[in-house]
Amino acid sequence: MFDVTVVGGGVIGCAVARELTRRDLAVALVEARNDVGAGTSKANTAILHTGFDATPGSTESRLVARGYELLRAYAPNAGISVEETGAVLVAWDDEQAESLPTLAAKAAANNYMHAEVIDAKEVRGLEPHLGDGVTGGMVVPGEHLVDPWTTPIAFATEAILNGCQLFTGFAVASCRVNADSTTLVAADGRVLRTRYVVNAAGLHGDTLHQLFGYTGFTIRPRRGELIVFDKLARPLLRHTILPVPTAHTKGVLVAPTVFGNIMLGPTADDISDRSATGSTKAGIDALLMKGRRILPALLDEEVTAVYAGLRAATEHSDYQLSAHADNRYVCLGGIRSTGLTSSMAVAEEAVTLLSSIGLTMTMRDVGQLRDVRMTPLGETDERPYQRGGAVICHCERVTAKEIEAAVLSTVPASDIDGLRRRTRVLAGRCQGFYCAANVCALAAKASGRSMSEWMGVP
Amino acid sequence: MIDVAIVGAGPAGLSAAIELRRRGVGRVVVFERELFAGGIPRHSAHLGYGARDMHRITTGPRYAALLTRRAEKAGVEIEVGRSVTDFAQLSARAVLLATGVRERPRSARLVPGDRPAGVLTTGSLQQFATLHHQRVGNRAVVVGAEHVSFSAVLTLAHTGCRVAAMVTALPHHQTYPLLRLATAGRHRVPIHTGVDIAEIVGRTRVEAVVLTDGRRIACDTVVFTGDWIPDHELARAGGLPMLLVAKAPIVDASWHTQQQGVFAIGNLIHPAETADVCALDGRAVAEHVIDWLTVGSWPAAVAAVEVAAPIQWAATSAIGVTFRVDEFVTGSVAASNGSELLHQTKRKKWIPNRAYHLPRLRDCRQLTFKR
Repeated sequence: MFDVTVVGGGVIGCAVARELTRRDLAVALVEARNDVGAGTSKANTAILHTGFDATPGSTESRLVARGYELLRAYAPNAGISVEETGAVLVAWDDEQAESLPTLAAKAAANNYMHAEVIDAKEVRGLEPHLGDGVTGGMVVPGEHLVDPWTTPIAFATEAILNGCQLFTGFAVASCRVNADSTTLVAADGRVLRTRYVVNAAGLHGDTLHQLFGYTGFTIRPRRGELIVFDKLARPLLRHTILPVPTAHTKGVLVAPTVFGNIMLGPTADDISDRSATGSTKAGIDALLMKGRRILPALLDEEVTAVYAGLRAATEHSDYQLSAHADNRYVCLGGIRSTGLTSSMAVAEEAVTLLSSIGLTMTMRDVGQLRDVRMTPLGETDERPYQRGGAVICHCERVTAKEIEAAVLSTVPASDIDGLRRRTRVLAGRCQGFYCAANVCALAAKASGRSMSEWMGVP
Repeated sequence: MIDVAIVGAGPAGLSAAIELRRRGVGRVVVFERELFAGGIPRHSAHLGYGARDMHRITTGPRYAALLTRRAEKAGVEIEVGRSVTDFAQLSARAVLLATGVRERPRSARLVPGDRPAGVLTTGSLQQFATLHHQRVGNRAVVVGAEHVSFSAVLTLAHTGCRVAAMVTALPHHQTYPLLRLATAGRHRVPIHTGVDIAEIVGRTRVEAVVLTDGRRIACDTVVFTGDWIPDHELARAGGLPMLLVAKAPIVDASWHTQQQGVFAIGNLIHPAETADVCALDGRAVAEHVIDWLTVGSWPAAVAAVEVAAPIQWAATSAIGVTFRVDEFVTGSVAASNGSELLHQTKRKKWIPNRAYHLPRLRDCRQLTFKR
């Protein structure tokens, strides 16, 4: 019997589990996939947002601002790479240029005081490789880059080190709320008893919400396709280049990543299929067209990845957070692309919501709590290959030791995708031409599983 | 102090090292990032290696082993497991880049769809099959129909994987009729021409590919073949200017780059030739490297051979000026030094993705095509 079960091992669920294990609670984290951070959390724009463009007064605005501070403070010790690049929001016509003062005022209304409107010449001075037609810009010095892969894994690792139990492959199929406990039944028949439930199910948040008998929001997956360019493109850009946002989306941006690549995207398509994470020709073509205008030289570089992520958008513009005493249930729904930034603040909020519906808890003694220290994956951090050791993946310079460690870690990689998110292996320009076989052989040896399992051979 | 530092222990790098030692150069060190020397032939288990440089025909692994042994015997120092990330720091009197070539993977070809397991290149396929004796799948689609694509068909067949189809966007396959017959013909593989992969389907494992003409082919494996790109990162990071289409560092007819003391040879500069041509590059560059070590002069200007469509790019190999065309086209190729004609080929049919060579010409600066 657990005190709290968090459903969903994305960045939000992992952050909540971490926050709860800092208190005297028996915590479970259940995830439908075979790994944490393997859904929406792995396929986003990887930006640590200041929240300058949020809707003032919204829950999202408050939690993004708070989450920004919390994650920035947490990241260096936890081994989550953050690169302080800042962003330049660029206007490409007169109408957009005229809207810049309004955006600056909005930033101020969100308590972000460092945004500054600049003219086209200054924009070009900051980013000489931008395409023609810049009409103005706004500098947002606090918009940084963060490693989206390590963040949920670090949270989950810390949670587990402090007593949380992780159940992977646990897709909640039904639930039964009794007088003093709730029973969660997985699709494979496993059963879990808990007093409280936190819904962090992301794209499936509304489904779980309905299992508890509630309505109020429907997930309308918004697909965002992204193109990642080779690291040789990195010198083309110093800041993240943001577009002037619309009501629908933050728009297509061009941003460096902490891994040293340049990313172009995302598109924003409202779709109905919650598993449609494939990329499309239309999406790729649209991005390349935008990219050619924003940063023409980028298009000459090789592409190392094309992928699509689904944001858990709803019919509402704000997060859908609620607490329900009758079912001992807290919902963290409709958390869109800003979830990576706000995750730690959402976790604090979840604790507040749980106590508001009767869960009593006290903080554990700090001396009893274990910290987490991941190996940073960022290009500006020191990487293990720099201290020597056999490099297996040459494009991303990943050592044999890192691959072994990822297979044997607290939250171990169970497939190549998991290995990639823990080490960057196979994420580079050759996509395994040189190293795929060696990586699978190493992972097989370290894990005791067969090579063909790691290769995914049917 | 190292006399010559060579990056890459493939056919080009090893052959250069052997020749330099034979000609009496003191310290020749080859840096290889893999744990074994030999390069791509190490995992290319078919016959066809060694014809032009060793005057014998052997398999890739045997060829790689033979070259490595000869290098060791010649007193070449081979440092395996050493990734060079900045050639300026090698503290050698001359640097020779021979970092080779790879195939463009699915992502660089911008193929839409899901991202399941089961998507390979010929390179990764060969390593799974030859070095690790793995089965890769049950039913594959091979993307491409150039020489290497047919080699992939053989490798797949060897691992017990049926090949459902080969797919090329070009109107015909691009290999020799005999090679096609011995591979695709023998294994009854249909070749779909004039179509491309529109989408890869499958959430965890490949389930099918959809072609641009709407056809759907069920398969659990997709192998992207050919479409070579030099492994040019070290060269670019060191500031060497690149040929636009080939994405190869610009060299002159003696493999000087635009940086004093830095040479580039092999498939890094002509993506891609067979291993024996790369080996001959290595032998031929030796005298120019020695000139640099002894005389110390460097050409004032290093320029690429200029080309125009349908010629994609041209570069110098040991057996002559090598170039590629980007369509099936009939006509003749003329080489000039800018003012006078140096060579003119017969009028013939030219095939894309095929390696063509003009004889070695003095001062070849321009290739033109007459339809």
